[in-house]
Amino acid sequence: MNLSEHSSILIVVIPLIASFVNIFLNFLQRKLCYPFFVLVLGICVALSIDILYQVINFGIIRYRLGGWMPPWGIEYVIDHLNAYLLVIVSSMSFIVAIYSKESVKKEIPKSKLPYFYSTYLLLATGLFGITVTGDIFNLYVFLEIASLSAYALVAIGEKRSVLASFHYIIMGTIGACFYLLGVGYIYIITGSLNISDLTRLLPSLYESKVTLTALAFFIVGIGIKIALFPLHRWLPDSYTFAPSAVSAFASATVTKVGIYVLIRISFTLFEPRFLIEMTPLSNILIWWSTIAIFFGSLIAIGQKDFKRTLSYILITEIGYMVFGINIGNKEGFIGAVLHILNDSLMIGCLFMIAGGVFYRIGSRNIEDFKGLNRNMPITMASFTIAALSMIGIPPTAGFFSKWYLIVGAIKAGYLVSTAALIFSSLVNALIFFRILEKIYFTKNDNTFMYNFRELPISMMIPIVITTLAILMIGFYSGEIISSVIRFSLPKGF
Amino acid sequence: METIISIKPILAITVSALSAFLIAITGEKLRNLRETWSILASILKFLVVVSMLPDILCGKVIEYYLFKITSELILHFRVDALGLFFAMTASFLWIITSFYSIGYMRGLNEHKQTRYFVYFAITLSATMAVAFSANIFTAFVFYEIITIATYPLVAHKETEEAKKGARKYLAYLLSTSVAFQLTAIVFTYCLSGNLYFSKGGLLSSDISSSLLTITFLLYIAGITKAAIMPLHSWLPAAMVAPTPVSALLHAVAVVKTGVFMIIRVVFYIFGVDLLKSLNLGTVLAVVASFTIVAASVIALRQDNLKLRLAYSTVSQLSYIVLGAALLSPSALKGSIFHIVAHAFGKITLFFTAGAIYVATRKTKISELDGIGKRMPLTMASFTVGAVSMIGVPPFAGFISKWYLSVGAIESDELFVLVILAISTILNACYFMPIVYAAFMKESKNNEYNGINEAPILVLIPTVLTAVLTLLIFLYPDLFMKLIMLIVNQTLGG
Repeated sequence: MNLSEHSSILIVVIPLIASFVNIFLNFLQRKLCYPFFVLVLGICVALSIDILYQVINFGIIRYRLGGWMPPWGIEYVIDHLNAYLLVIVSSMSFIVAIYSKESVKKEIPKSKLPYFYSTYLLLATGLFGITVTGDIFNLYVFLEIASLSAYALVAIGEKRSVLASFHYIIMGTIGACFYLLGVGYIYIITGSLNISDLTRLLPSLYESKVTLTALAFFIVGIGIKIALFPLHRWLPDSYTFAPSAVSAFASATVTKVGIYVLIRISFTLFEPRFLIEMTPLSNILIWWSTIAIFFGSLIAIGQKDFKRTLSYILITEIGYMVFGINIGNKEGFIGAVLHILNDSLMIGCLFMIAGGVFYRIGSRNIEDFKGLNRNMPITMASFTIAALSMIGIPPTAGFFSKWYLIVGAIKAGYLVSTAALIFSSLVNALIFFRILEKIYFTKNDNTFMYNFRELPISMMIPIVITTLAILMIGFYSGEIISSVIRFSLPKGF
Repeated sequence: METIISIKPILAITVSALSAFLIAITGEKLRNLRETWSILASILKFLVVVSMLPDILCGKVIEYYLFKITSELILHFRVDALGLFFAMTASFLWIITSFYSIGYMRGLNEHKQTRYFVYFAITLSATMAVAFSANIFTAFVFYEIITIATYPLVAHKETEEAKKGARKYLAYLLSTSVAFQLTAIVFTYCLSGNLYFSKGGLLSSDISSSLLTITFLLYIAGITKAAIMPLHSWLPAAMVAPTPVSALLHAVAVVKTGVFMIIRVVFYIFGVDLLKSLNLGTVLAVVASFTIVAASVIALRQDNLKLRLAYSTVSQLSYIVLGAALLSPSALKGSIFHIVAHAFGKITLFFTAGAIYVATRKTKISELDGIGKRMPLTMASFTVGAVSMIGVPPFAGFISKWYLSVGAIESDELFVLVILAISTILNACYFMPIVYAAFMKESKNNEYNGINEAPILVLIPTVLTAVLTLLIFLYPDLFMKLIMLIVNQTLGG
């Protein structure tokens, strides 16, 4: 049996089974939980790279579950876009998994650790599932797996995380329901749930009010899941109060997968012309995302809590991606898809650093970053690079996606949105240089509290790896575009 | 034009980046070894740059293709006469400044000297890279790196005042380059599909004139390092930096990167014909003229010596911009010559300011009465620098003023002659009283009795640059051959 043939199902099944095995492992030998957990995610990275390799070399993968023929059976369809996303999601979950070892020790009671690992694996399962599936109902199932485990993970955090998680549950459930309603409407008029099948069936139904209603439900539902302004309210609290490892993992992956679903619904399930020409939806989303960019930036300036600042920056970045998708030209789309990767690295790295600082000084307050350079030079150097990338200073990765977004915006004539993109870069500069000034040029009087050294090595390495990726991956933007993103451009772009 | 492929440009760039690394790992404990790296790198860099001179004088260009990131964003170096001229000026003065820096930093027993030398070397690397850039993207990348690398130098003292100055410095340089320059580059790309500097201009005249005007104005507003009013106030703010930084970076390397890029934009992105037809040359000339006069008037009112020099720099930089804006061969000649004339004159003046500070801790002009008796060599150098700035023969400044005047007549912009005359008078008004007070007035409490110059490592560079200022006037042919070549290459004979 050729294992490679089954990579696309294994990447979902392995972490799913592992999450249960992990619980039993807890009773047998508690020490093994963590290595097992990291190993499983390492296997997922290998599988995802294998899948990407197959897609690049042999074209789209179609995997029929149980051998059932689509559209009756569930089909997994992996093209360049999913394969690309799969690599990002699995790599980030693996990197943050390594990081989590020391980080969670301080933030989660020891007895709950195995459950944390299991839930983490379930979240990964859900995200992988959403990414590989070619069936909109199956996508809903994985969406729920991912969301439920995300609620639980957030709730493990500090005291206030329970309320944050509750808020997240309410909003998230509404989002999932909306998505499900969309699926229902589509099923009523077409009788199919398979995306490729629907691509064929739907165009003749574009005039139907039901299709429009379904689309509206889809977009609002996903809008909640990706925290697109003004549906973002759940995000800042959840990501601020969740354990550091969870914030890093979720911020780097959950919203990115949401963006992926948005792209699938917008450009694969429906044809691009439906969103862009036949409905005002892409126009509405452009304005929404433009406001999101302005709003996220403005609120981020005023925050004193570092993780909360990052959460609002994340809302801004989501605005970038939604904007890029909806401009309706090649550059915008490339910018958005490239930004999925870059933002995943940047925000993941920054949340890990936030967790690292919390690990050492027990505070997320920006004021307490004073003079940290003396204690944690490597972490702070990483912070500097991630920050420069967030601002969009070349040659860090963040510049290149921003370049495409701005080129796309100007080519399409969206000057207000261009201004928004630039405005948010400037705001990021303000936010991060204010922190950098504290880190490098301000002395800390409180020498007693700041008597510590660098982070433990298992937290250090993931941060350094993502930093190096941020530094290097920009140079390969062209390579990524020509070997992956070029093939995922929607029809007519 | 014959093209040679050679790694020399890269060597010239990386030699100081490498030294930065060596300086960083050597550290404070082996300070003599650390200083050796700086000096070695500066000499090596100059030698590599000069070794390209013979080929350039034969009318060839030297290219090195570094990395193609995407189809339009390419890191590419091409050394032509203009780039080499700038690189030679900056790298030669770095040798002298390296010695001066050592004397100054040790004389004052400054803290964090390692950091200081590291970022100094990085800045020089990036400056070379801008000088050798073949396209505006490469130039932009290193323009930003200069900004970031000079920030720790400006904030060096880590006092509230230094941090405030550095904040202003960064705010001006970073925000304008991200907001205006980047947008201008995107516009250039959207209008021409290319980012390479090309002879006679990259943009063609069949594009709507309003778009071209906007792009040009964005460039002028975005290249803030040229300190054109009203975006000049970062330069006085940067004076909180140690004096060698003000001397080499904020009188030569950084600010001249700004005017250098303006020259590139004027002649290699827009081109003479296009700017003439849009009348934008005159617009730039008027702005530059205003800056020349206004900055001189402000300089009159400064009591802090370094601030007066800073405003003088603002004014003198606009000479170079003015020379480019007149779009005539003689004016360009004057403009290019002024790059070197101002570099030597102003670095002398800053060196003297630093020497005075090291020897007496005086920063105010009103405290300098009779200082000529104590520091005769220093103040003699000051006089040479000042006279050259005013533009009186037999010093370098006269030659550039002469060609600028001829250029003004050539391009029929007679108001420029008036501006030059007013500026000469103003220059005399703010420099001569210092010279007069230093030599003629009695010191207040007889504090300047007996000759007591600054340390030898500070004094020698000061005198040396003063002598060179004189030599440049006597032997301008050395430069004129290269300058004629630049004018020919730029304006096409």
